[in-house]
Amino acid sequence: MATKSDTIIKIEHLSKSFGDHKVLDDINLDIKRGEFVTLLGPSGCGKTTLLRMLAGFTNPDEGVITMGGKDISGVPPHLRQLNTVFQRYALFPHLNVYENIAFGLKLKKVESKEIEKRVRKALKMVSMTDYEDRDVNSLSGGQQQRVAIARAIVNRPQVLLLDEPLAALDLKMRKDMQMELKEMHEALGITFIYVTHDQEEALTLSDTIVVMSEGKIQQIGTPIDIYNEPVNSFVADFIGESNILNGTMIKDKEVEFIGHKFECVDSGFGENTAVDVVVRPEDIYILPNPENGDFSGVVKSCTFKGVHYEMIVETDKGFELMLQDYNAFDVDATVGMLVKPSDIHVMRKERTCNTFSGVMTSPTTVEILGTEFECKDQGLKEGDTVTVRVAFNRVELHDYKEDGKIFGSVHFILYKGDHYHLTVKTEDGDFIYVDTNDIWDNFDVVGISIDKRDIIVSKRV
Amino acid sequence: MNFVAKIFNKRANWAIPYAIFLAIFVALPLVLIVVYAFQDANGAFTLQNFVKFVEQPEAVNTFIYSIGIALITTILCVLLGYPAAYILANRKLNRSETTVVLFILPMWINILVRTLATVALFDFAKLPLGEGALIFGMVYNFLPFMIYPIYNTLQKMDHSLIEAAEDLGAPPMKVFMKVTVPLSMPGVMSGVMMVFMPTISTFAIAELLTMNNVKLFGTTIQENINNGMWNYGAALSLIMLVIIGITSLFSDGDEQNDGESLL
Repeated sequence: MATKSDTIIKIEHLSKSFGDHKVLDDINLDIKRGEFVTLLGPSGCGKTTLLRMLAGFTNPDEGVITMGGKDISGVPPHLRQLNTVFQRYALFPHLNVYENIAFGLKLKKVESKEIEKRVRKALKMVSMTDYEDRDVNSLSGGQQQRVAIARAIVNRPQVLLLDEPLAALDLKMRKDMQMELKEMHEALGITFIYVTHDQEEALTLSDTIVVMSEGKIQQIGTPIDIYNEPVNSFVADFIGESNILNGTMIKDKEVEFIGHKFECVDSGFGENTAVDVVVRPEDIYILPNPENGDFSGVVKSCTFKGVHYEMIVETDKGFELMLQDYNAFDVDATVGMLVKPSDIHVMRKERTCNTFSGVMTSPTTVEILGTEFECKDQGLKEGDTVTVRVAFNRVELHDYKEDGKIFGSVHFILYKGDHYHLTVKTEDGDFIYVDTNDIWDNFDVVGISIDKRDIIVSKRV
Repeated sequence: MNFVAKIFNKRANWAIPYAIFLAIFVALPLVLIVVYAFQDANGAFTLQNFVKFVEQPEAVNTFIYSIGIALITTILCVLLGYPAAYILANRKLNRSETTVVLFILPMWINILVRTLATVALFDFAKLPLGEGALIFGMVYNFLPFMIYPIYNTLQKMDHSLIEAAEDLGAPPMKVFMKVTVPLSMPGVMSGVMMVFMPTISTFAIAELLTMNNVKLFGTTIQENINNGMWNYGAALSLIMLVIIGITSLFSDGDEQNDGESLL
């Protein structure tokens, strides 16, 4: 593994804004030679912008990208030692398959015999032999993508950038291409940097996954690490199916959630600390006899998913859990459930309440989130800078934006077994976190208000 | 009443007024040109009109001269129009739609008015009218017809193709020559058609801008028809139509190679 250990690309403190919107926020990332790295995240998380910066199409506002030890920020794309496979192929419509693939080599003034040899080899690699003279417009989506890959690898780049290359293909084709890409990566031995929003694709292909959200890296790790040890509830929710629940770490190796105490393997969180607990649906064992098992529940629904059944169970303490089993259980049946200590994953909470910075505009009003809110008189004067705390379940949401003091849109929804934890993005781009029992949809526009008794103000020192 | 309703219900019938219009104002005149071209003054069939054209060096010369002027105008329009269209379509160089409108604006003004204004401008600047003024006037009149189609194709071009070329190692000049130019050829071709075809048959501009000193083929046709030589005039028109038809066939072939449609 010694050859794989040296870093080929080093990204340091990379930031980029488009207008007021921060697309990338202090990104730091090392990419090793020969590695298959996937940048994974929902749309708008900045993964494509990061890839475009590596290719040289976009310049960073701050930060440095070094490749092979040399700073390449400011080097134009045509002088960079990497090639890109574009999402919508970007094949030249005025050239045939052969000319498309030979485009880069001709520019480098490679001898025509050598060009022919290398183009044929590249075509063979993507299983497109005998397609040289075809018009690119006559090819199917999958074939065009193969030509696009051949056009990039024929230049023997040190790093290949792939921007959601399989997004436009149908499921069957995508699966086949995934396998071929993995084989191609092994055969070529070069670094692949792959952008996708498809978590399954990322888990299948990568050596390393970089999970991104809101312009920040959430977690870097191997697919197994990311799946088994997500660092926060975003990663746990984004990768695979999961039950994400509020819990309390009672002491080392003992955690309480869904109203029961469980033995676990995590430690170092301190005593009686609020935590997030993740249990994967396939890690909950379901038993026909409610007497067996750690806790019991009633089956609410049972859906056949091909290999397994997916069931929603309401536990004895009123929490909903999703679980998977090879056997179907009847709806309304009372069952027992069991979770192994090693399958309980405990994560530190990113926050336990909303925290805003604000300014007192009078002893009983405070300006936060660009608006004046009423608060209790706590002996503070006008002009004092303060920290404002609001509990998650104390933020009120309204159907009509006119009913709130400010408004925002639902940005991210997390189901916590017995309530929803919403991330609401305000009109100014601030985030408010809300616990609610009401059902909202992503992108719902909501009015937001906070009772003055629930605004806890403390003077900032 | 029922009968009228029936006619209106069938969508194909809506085309009837246009068909009648086309028949009277396009098809019939064309047929008449062909018929007149092969008749003598008494209405008998003859090829004399074409023989006369080939035998008269003056007419042939005017014809060749007209094609030359049209070619020069077209080439100048391409040379001036392409960079203008490129700048207009480039988001870094031009962010406003207004600039595009400013370039197209002259098309809203009647061509004769613009030509008279050009004459006045030359008078004011004390520049001689003649061949130079003619080419200037024609380029000025027809340039927007060149800019707009090129601007259109450049603007619709997929930007990722340019990025792909850069990515494959092409410096800016190579990107332009190997990707931008070939992909904008359909626009250039339709621009050429829209400039070359009207310039070859123009006569009013030529009369005004050269004080009748330079004779174009359009002028010759007009003179013959004004002097009652309908048959000879029709023959000359037919020759011109055939030439224009041949050029448009050429450009059709090119567009198919580029795999793009004209409009």
